[in-house]
Amino acid sequence: MAAVQSGMGEGVEEKDIKTEPASDGFGNNNANDGRLVSTSPGSNAPAASNKPVAGGPPEDQQTLLAVLQFLRKNKLTESVEILRREAGLPEDDLDPNGADSSGAGTGGAAGSVDSDAGDASSLLTRVTVSSSAAAQAPTKGTIQSDCCQVYDGASGGPVPGNSAAGEDQPDVSVVLSAYSQQGDPALYEVYYSSLKRFIETVLDCHRAELSQVFYPLFVHMYLELVYNNHENEAKAFFEKFSGDQECYYEDDLRVLSSLTKKEHMRGNETLLDFRTSKFVLRISRDSYQLLKRHLQERQNNQIWNIIQEHLYIDIFDGMPRSKSQIDAMSGSLAGEAKREANKAKVYYGLLKEPEIELPLDDEDEEAENEEGKPKKKKPKKDSMGSKSKKQDPNAPSQSRIPLPELKDSDKLDKIMYMKEATKRIRLGPDNLPSICFYSFLNAYQGLTAVDFTDDSSLIAGGFADSTVRVWSVTPKKLRKVKSAADLNLIDKESDDVLERIMDEKTASESKILYGHSGPVYGISFSPDRNYLLSSSEDGTVRLWSLQTFTCLVGYKGHNYPVWDTHFSPHGYYFVSGGHDRVARLWATDHYQPLRMFSGHLADITCTRFHPNSNYLATGSSDRTIRLWDVLNGNCVRIFTGHKGPIHALAFSPNGKFLASGATDGRVLLWDIGHGLMVGELKGHTDTIYSLRFSRDGEILASGSMDNTVRLWDAMKAFDDLETDDFTAATGHIHLQDNSQELLLGTYLTKSTPVIHLHFTRRNLLLAAGAYNP
Amino acid sequence: MFSERRFAEVHRESVKLMAESAGVELGDDVAALLAEDVCYRLREATQSSSQFMRHAKRRKLTVEDFNRALRWSNVEAICGYGAQDALPFRSVKEGELFFVEDRDINLVELALATNIPKGCAETMVRVNVSYLDGKGNLEPQGTVPTAVQSLSDDLLKYYQQITRAILGEDPHLMKVALLDLQSNSKIAALLPYFVYVISGVKSVSHDLEQLSRLLHMVKSLVQNPYLYLGSYVRSLVSSVMYCILEPLAASINPLNDHWTLRDYAALLLSHIFWTHGDLVSGLYHQILLSLQKVLSDPVRPLCSHYGAVVGLHALGWKAVERVLFPHLPAYWANLQAVLDDYSVSNAQVKADGHKVYGAILVAVERLLKMKALSLSQPAEGTSNAQPGSVMGAMGYRVSSPGLSPPPEPLSEAALGIASHLQAGGAGCPWEEWTPVPLPAMYCELYSFFGDSLAVRFSTGPGFGSYPPCTQSQLSDTRKEPSGPASNPDTTRKMPQLTANLNISPRQDGSPRTDPPPPSLAATGSGRSLARSSSMQRSRSSSSRSGQRSAGLSRDVFPKARFTSPQTGPPVFSFLIGGRQMGRRCQGRRPFQTTFAPTPPFSTIPPRAYAHKLPVIGRVGKPVRRWTCSHYSLHLPL
Repeated sequence: MAAVQSGMGEGVEEKDIKTEPASDGFGNNNANDGRLVSTSPGSNAPAASNKPVAGGPPEDQQTLLAVLQFLRKNKLTESVEILRREAGLPEDDLDPNGADSSGAGTGGAAGSVDSDAGDASSLLTRVTVSSSAAAQAPTKGTIQSDCCQVYDGASGGPVPGNSAAGEDQPDVSVVLSAYSQQGDPALYEVYYSSLKRFIETVLDCHRAELSQVFYPLFVHMYLELVYNNHENEAKAFFEKFSGDQECYYEDDLRVLSSLTKKEHMRGNETLLDFRTSKFVLRISRDSYQLLKRHLQERQNNQIWNIIQEHLYIDIFDGMPRSKSQIDAMSGSLAGEAKREANKAKVYYGLLKEPEIELPLDDEDEEAENEEGKPKKKKPKKDSMGSKSKKQDPNAPSQSRIPLPELKDSDKLDKIMYMKEATKRIRLGPDNLPSICFYSFLNAYQGLTAVDFTDDSSLIAGGFADSTVRVWSVTPKKLRKVKSAADLNLIDKESDDVLERIMDEKTASESKILYGHSGPVYGISFSPDRNYLLSSSEDGTVRLWSLQTFTCLVGYKGHNYPVWDTHFSPHGYYFVSGGHDRVARLWATDHYQPLRMFSGHLADITCTRFHPNSNYLATGSSDRTIRLWDVLNGNCVRIFTGHKGPIHALAFSPNGKFLASGATDGRVLLWDIGHGLMVGELKGHTDTIYSLRFSRDGEILASGSMDNTVRLWDAMKAFDDLETDDFTAATGHIHLQDNSQELLLGTYLTKSTPVIHLHFTRRNLLLAAGAYNP
Repeated sequence: MFSERRFAEVHRESVKLMAESAGVELGDDVAALLAEDVCYRLREATQSSSQFMRHAKRRKLTVEDFNRALRWSNVEAICGYGAQDALPFRSVKEGELFFVEDRDINLVELALATNIPKGCAETMVRVNVSYLDGKGNLEPQGTVPTAVQSLSDDLLKYYQQITRAILGEDPHLMKVALLDLQSNSKIAALLPYFVYVISGVKSVSHDLEQLSRLLHMVKSLVQNPYLYLGSYVRSLVSSVMYCILEPLAASINPLNDHWTLRDYAALLLSHIFWTHGDLVSGLYHQILLSLQKVLSDPVRPLCSHYGAVVGLHALGWKAVERVLFPHLPAYWANLQAVLDDYSVSNAQVKADGHKVYGAILVAVERLLKMKALSLSQPAEGTSNAQPGSVMGAMGYRVSSPGLSPPPEPLSEAALGIASHLQAGGAGCPWEEWTPVPLPAMYCELYSFFGDSLAVRFSTGPGFGSYPPCTQSQLSDTRKEPSGPASNPDTTRKMPQLTANLNISPRQDGSPRTDPPPPSLAATGSGRSLARSSSMQRSRSSSSRSGQRSAGLSRDVFPKARFTSPQTGPPVFSFLIGGRQMGRRCQGRRPFQTTFAPTPPFSTIPPRAYAHKLPVIGRVGKPVRRWTCSHYSLHLPL
């Protein structure tokens, strides 16, 4: 990696151990000669660039030979010469060894190389496998990007287009082939324990950081042993060291422990996740140097190789992090998020509200005959107008993504909303909301999802018996539109045509929607209350009309259970996510998805649109939350810190913050703009299935399997933030443990898990769940 | 941490068996490999099925979840395990075979069955305001699903039949109904209705029969293992307490045996309390409080007092100790007044008074016994350790109360008074009332009941060491204390004792043959045996207590109401004890001597007299009789 070292000074510290040089390769291919020469005397070059140490293990030498052969084939004689001189290889060694190495290339290559397909590809595999970065510097850009693609797909990078190929159908043999290289199985324990001893003896400040290495190392070593059919050694290894791992990895360890044979590895998702993604660690430079020095001194190549191949170490300058800081951020399936993953600009501001004349309602005026009232009303209207005129600097442009035009009925609804908003109760620690509980009685078939309309007039439940049921919670009954024949008979010119088209005979309190063939795991009302979405185990998302109570569209795309779906706050778009780990963005009038967001390493368990409809958040069983840009499909934020699958997400009404709840019973708060965790709310004892901010964002309500609703002081949680530049830059947060101060109340149900929460427009809290006697 | 949590494994033998049943022969190695893979696949399927459980927002993994996982991994689902109920898991001993029971279902029977299940109620959404402004649970959320709340026709019919049967005429029907009420598992929904019916005791207080039927109903409900009484316990208890304590309309007629009703209700109360008392916090204290209130209210009729006493008795000796014992001195006055009113108009009341008296006696006897029993171990130790203790007050030894004739130590009769003083001073501080040490309690109770107390205690080695006194000695002693004892009579709180003082000497002279006295004796005969004996017995203690509390104004009970000691016809008191006189005389004698001063003969250990006790002390028979007979009132007078 000599080229990088001299060429890109500022990026060196991170990149010298990076094994996918996608970015640095392009710039300096042609000028590599001089640089190679210039850095050749550098004593640390071999170590830093992972180039084989002279006299190192034979496979390193083989790699080198393979590279040389490749260079020769591509007529890069000059480079060959230099490399040969540097490595001290005799000229005549090349040919026979080169032939050997091409034969020794492992597995089938995934990348396709335009020229010399057979030979070169096997070479390339060899190259990537041993991750000799030195070899990549002289290669051509095209080839390099090809060989990177093998990894790209594997690493689940943020670019969906690129990774889709590798992600959807990962070639298991390729993925696993890296494990074919092996040392003495008996030595694994020795290696591991010597590293463990080392880390236990380093200074306290480094120990916590270096301990992060344990878990990924442990997993990969174990898998290597299993892959190479050392079942007994693997078991012994597992039993010896599994107890050392952090408790929040317990679920993964359980899966691992059940896996003892090479055959089991095929088709095991967790394993593929481990293998295809690089475990990301953040380590301070000092700690990293310590580790590196130790491993080099001990010639601990086994471990070093694993670190090279399967770990991504994100090095930062500055103080090493404390144990609590690390624990706060770790726990996901693939380690922490890379820092640059959260660097993209996010327009989290709200869109400008469309300007609607708020007609001064006659009724209201009549109701408020006092003289003072009309005066009050005027400034209110003005402030509303001025507020909407001011463009939030953090907001996306109004037309960043095309949004549906407002219909007249939408405008009416907006007016209703504003009117209600003026009657809204201001909540706060001293003014807690009233809670109404909607109990589903006799729900023996199993209630799996609930949603309210925004105006709280309808409630819908998804059930395990594949039905969706809609209830009216107002005295107004649900009516269907008349049949086509009957519709022809009515007078279309009459004023009350909207009333006339409804069939009185069908009026009832509830309607049942049949159509799915599996449990309905997610439902969502459209903002205009005309549609209802439901996602089911049968792999489809269905759109239902609430005028006719029939199914309009079945969106097929997910081939596996769809765990959740959510309508955009502006309607038209919706998102779905499920077992196939891909979130899809749909428009109601397209039967195919508009965007596919891939990158999660496990099921997508919940999906949520940002209030400005430009972003959406997905929570996953890989214990991460990702924020995606609807416009370009990019992943703009990765939040790690949960220790269990995430089942609830909620954006604050101002769009700045995100709250997430998981099976670990914790609620985490995130600052979207800075990409930081800003709070941790502990208190629940079971999975959190529902989160909701009050309409003004003062209170966060969380509902859980533990039969409680808890209210948290969101204002305080966000106000207490010290978002100084340093924290923002490094992403190192100091969370104070103030859950108890923030907890405003715990409200018990009798025997009902709270699976949905909703704040009415006047800030009354509605909760729902099925009564389980 | 995983080593001890190995996963469920399928044995290769099982795999072989399965293969055989499918007609395939497997080698050992193949079977082993297969077994291992099956285990792994099972674990994998379980892992992924848990995901379906989580998304269905459940805590319980169902067969359905597992089948879904299987289906998504292209494995055939397993049918036949979808039932909601747990499947019985059986084993066959011989074959060491374990299997899930799979009964044949007779489809014809099923199809032609007449009781077609109704199907579950419709799913619905109900809203209630759980917390207003974040405060308070206004309505308990999801109390009872409406489907259950309204009574089904069947239940309604059942309710009508049962109540009609229980309150109806036919005793046989009633029994059947009560039995069913005791064992029916499906009547939870009716509980409030039954409780309501029972609370109707207040309206039938004139009808003993109905009252007792209602009480039987309570008993059946309480005994029904399927019913969770919850807060209904309070209501039931109040109904039962009504029967115990209230001056029922039925009790106006003396022919009505409301006493039995009260006894039964008291037993029921204790039963409820012991079995369901934990359901309502503070129930015990509430009951005690209301009993105490009744007891301390002199305006209440005696039958209420009787109820309070039997109620306390039923609640256990601790309750008696806590409530009845401290109240006894005060209450005794009233009772005594009643008992000593010989006017004809008072006859009925007096009879009631005897009932109360008997109840109290039984209660305190039990109290003494139980208390002694609870103390017996340590007490014995001390008494043995210091056999020569002069006072003996500390070393009271308890002799198996109530069951066998208590070994009563004898003492020199001549020294009686002094010893009374000593014993009283040491062990009977009767100004304080809780907690009263056993000896003191005994002394005090003895002062009330005298020999009526079936429980005896040896009062320690000091006392027990005296040789039994001879007849002559005894007569001497009799006379001796009488003189001085008459003086403290002014402070006596129990007037009847004073009356006895003069009697007792004579009694010694003619123990067995005295005929019942005609005149005053007639009224005296109304008294229970217990009392008559107590009169004699309590003389010694009376003098003692009299002396002790001479300064106190204990003469609330005006002796003036009684004939002065001298005037009382000496004979009549014997009539009371007529049949038992001989025994009583013997019994009393040693007891009196118990309180004799100790010094000279203190060396002989009490044990030495143990064998003599049957002769001197009260023998087992009467004791047994006292304890057996409920509330002593039924004894022949």
